[in-house]
Amino acid sequence: MAKIRLATVWLDGCSGCHMSFLDMDERLIEIASKVEVVCSPYVDTKEFPENVDLAIVEGAVSSEEDLEKLLKIRKNSKMVLALGDCGVTGNVSAMRNLVGVEASLKCAYDELSDNNKGVRPSRETPKQLERVSAQHERVFIDCFLPGCPPPADAIYNILSSLIEGKEYDIFNHTRFGK
Amino acid sequence: MPQTLEELEELTKALQEKRAEIKEEINVCLGTNCLAIGNDETKKSLEKRLADKPNAQNYRIKPVGCHGLCAQGPLVIVNSVANEHEEIVYEKVKNSDAERLIDAIVGETNPDTIKDLRCETDIPFFTKQKKIVLENAGIINPDSLDDYILSNGYHALFYALTHLSPEETIEQVKISALRGRGGGGYPTGLKWESVAKAISDKKYVICNGDEGDPGAFMDRAVMESDPHRVLEGMAICGYAVGADQGFIYVRAEYPVAVERLKRAIKDAERNGLLGQKIAGTPFSFSVEVRLGGGAFVCGEATALIASIEGNRGNPRQKPPHLSDRGFNGQPTVLNNVETYANIPPILRNGGEWFAGFGTEKSKGSKVFALTGQVKHTGLVEVPMGMTLRELVFDVGGGIEGGKEFKAVQTGGPSGGCIPASLLDQPIDYESLKEIGSIMGSGGVIVMDETSSMVDVAKFFLEFCMTESCGKCVPCRVGTAQLHNLLDKFAKKEASQNDLVLLENLCQMIKETSLCGLGQTAPNPALSTLKYFKEEYIAGVKKEIE
Amino acid sequence: MIDANVQRARTKTLTINDQAFSARSDQTILQVARENNIDIPTLCAIEGLSDIGACRLCLVEIAGQRELKPACTTRIKDGMVVSTDTERLRKHRKTILSFLFAERNHICSVCVSNAHCELQKMGAKVGLTHVEVPYLYPKLQVDASHRRFINDPNRCILCLRCVRVCDEIEGAHILDVFARGLEARIIAEMGRPWGESENCTECGKCVQVCPTGALNEKGLSVAEQHKRRGFLPYLTTMKRGR
Repeated sequence: MAKIRLATVWLDGCSGCHMSFLDMDERLIEIASKVEVVCSPYVDTKEFPENVDLAIVEGAVSSEEDLEKLLKIRKNSKMVLALGDCGVTGNVSAMRNLVGVEASLKCAYDELSDNNKGVRPSRETPKQLERVSAQHERVFIDCFLPGCPPPADAIYNILSSLIEGKEYDIFNHTRFGK
Repeated sequence: MPQTLEELEELTKALQEKRAEIKEEINVCLGTNCLAIGNDETKKSLEKRLADKPNAQNYRIKPVGCHGLCAQGPLVIVNSVANEHEEIVYEKVKNSDAERLIDAIVGETNPDTIKDLRCETDIPFFTKQKKIVLENAGIINPDSLDDYILSNGYHALFYALTHLSPEETIEQVKISALRGRGGGGYPTGLKWESVAKAISDKKYVICNGDEGDPGAFMDRAVMESDPHRVLEGMAICGYAVGADQGFIYVRAEYPVAVERLKRAIKDAERNGLLGQKIAGTPFSFSVEVRLGGGAFVCGEATALIASIEGNRGNPRQKPPHLSDRGFNGQPTVLNNVETYANIPPILRNGGEWFAGFGTEKSKGSKVFALTGQVKHTGLVEVPMGMTLRELVFDVGGGIEGGKEFKAVQTGGPSGGCIPASLLDQPIDYESLKEIGSIMGSGGVIVMDETSSMVDVAKFFLEFCMTESCGKCVPCRVGTAQLHNLLDKFAKKEASQNDLVLLENLCQMIKETSLCGLGQTAPNPALSTLKYFKEEYIAGVKKEIE
Repeated sequence: MIDANVQRARTKTLTINDQAFSARSDQTILQVARENNIDIPTLCAIEGLSDIGACRLCLVEIAGQRELKPACTTRIKDGMVVSTDTERLRKHRKTILSFLFAERNHICSVCVSNAHCELQKMGAKVGLTHVEVPYLYPKLQVDASHRRFINDPNRCILCLRCVRVCDEIEGAHILDVFARGLEARIIAEMGRPWGESENCTECGKCVQVCPTGALNEKGLSVAEQHKRRGFLPYLTTMKRGR
């Protein structure tokens, strides 16, 4: 059986979901035997490749760069899995929607920064979108795995089920805010 | 103070004789519409001018309720008492026209001098109407009990009290096949019967005057033009079901109606037509006016009752039905203003007479408030079964400004938009429902080619969203989600998925909401989706992916 | 009064999900279902308080009736055939929960009631993997003026349990609903800051019945925010005996 081309991507989130992914520990070896990781923060690919079988995406869509990435992921992947509450619901990332972009930038760079107070980065950070959204508000998402972060068991179970094409009930291991 | 039907008939005769002394009545429309454009000032000027005339005693200037043709207001109607009550309608009468109008009416100047004010009355607007509920509107002085008695007022009540048993009274209503005019269309006779059969020491009769549909003013016109008729209908209902207490729930935005109703109640009680031992029988009935605070949802029966009880105007789940547990937990009849207004003529002429008008399942006539881009906006009463085409193009005079007809909206926020292809559908409860709209309380909004159907749906959804009481989840959140979706279509920013979501949410809200407001809130969207889908598709932007 | 009802009640038989049951005629579908371990999801209904049929999660299908009926307020009838778990109902329940999650700012991971929340649990129970409608993100003020309790409308689902327990059990009726539609809020004493309330008895029953973190107790950690509801059946029995 050909190996599944797997990609994992990190949008606006705390990377906790990717940490939880690593928490699969020795089971990672089993997963690794069935997939080829073609793109991931773990392997440091710069461009999202083509012909991906399964893309696992952490984080909400907050910046123009996030949106661009997500659109490309959708275009190049057969299946997209939203991993974690930020990707599924917006979660903490989307709390910015309560105050707006300007207020959050002001707080971060003008009020709370220790260095270069009042200097807004112009090149290093992408332009923020007016509204932070969950991934499915922007593109079609095939599977959802909520949790903050989803436990390693949940990730292992959904991943192995998807690889083997089996049915799986995510609520055995996770829920919103888990 | 009449104690029997005979005495009431004698009184009527005496009043008729007195009236015959007058040659012509000059009726000045003081419905809210004509009042708002200054007809009360014109009335004063008419009175002042007439006072100086040598033959002034032959004429009587009288305030009347809505005459119907609001588009041409302010209206002054001359009723020739001496000449078989022939009517001449003067339209768009300004205060400055008062003097020449009086001069011509009393015969001092040539009638041609006021020819420019004359309104044609042989147009379909007048000839195609059938007035049962509005028979007195624009003819009698709503503040005059004498005027109401003169047009056989309270005869039906006295007749029922002295000649019919409560069961026979209900039987007449059942024979008439009158159905609830508030929009639901439930057979009135059956409703009364279930309350009459309920076992309880105390029962109540409530009149729903909380008319809140955008563009609807039928009930306001009835309450303003002929308040005694509503009281009489309620009293007959009280007799039929065994209730001695009635409430009229009127929205506070109708101050003229409230004032006239209160006055009518006082006059009727003072003259023994309401109150204790009416017509020398043991039957007593008193009525109180209660004001609504402006929430649309209080037009819903259970919310209305909660509001009268002094609670927050939230609907509750039925059953128990009102015939079981209504006001104060007691069996209660709740009908719309127009329903009660139909009762006196039904009792006076018999149920079969009423059943002679209309279609197989919808009898009698229906009052409509014609609004929108139609020539003759105003208040009309037409027989059931008239086609929408006749209503819009004959009675309504067609589209204003030579534009093309696009749709007609019936039933207010609970109703739907009907396209030109279905204009030949007859007006009755079933056939309107069949095509995705409802009869509703009688608001009719006509739209021309320039109207966007998505905007129309959005307008009504916005209305339902802000008027949702917030109790049940589908209505509180669902109407807001629908409104936001429609806004996306209106701005042409919707996606293909939004179209699917819109359809799904409409269906879900319809099936899961607690009360009629939520259950029918998606109708404007559903009906426009059905008949004008291309306008929604035009609101879908090209996908980026 | 309740006793009189019990005396008048007759035994009736009905079918729920193809199983036959007999029950007292004054019982609701929900009561009969719960007595027989049939789970019907609810959020606004809680035993011991009046039923209002507001959340619509307990809607069921009754054979021969076009309309769906809430199990909590619908009394059983002889021969009634009830289905509580059809495809249509499951779909509606997901949409209702989507509506609730999207309406206010329910961010489970930072909520005081995380892991003790009925809304959160209900999401898993009905299989809600994601919210189907756009989030609304309303801006809502938290009222933390009370000495012991916090009213956070961001987490409120307007189930009105707090309003009912304050009125029906405690008898204080200081909580009520303000405004309508999406603007509706739970307020204390006609909209004053809760801490300024002169009539709040600080009994805390509202906090205990609240299904989410909307009403919560100051000074407790997330793990300690258990709801203690033992008083409800106890007080209800006492009230009935009076």
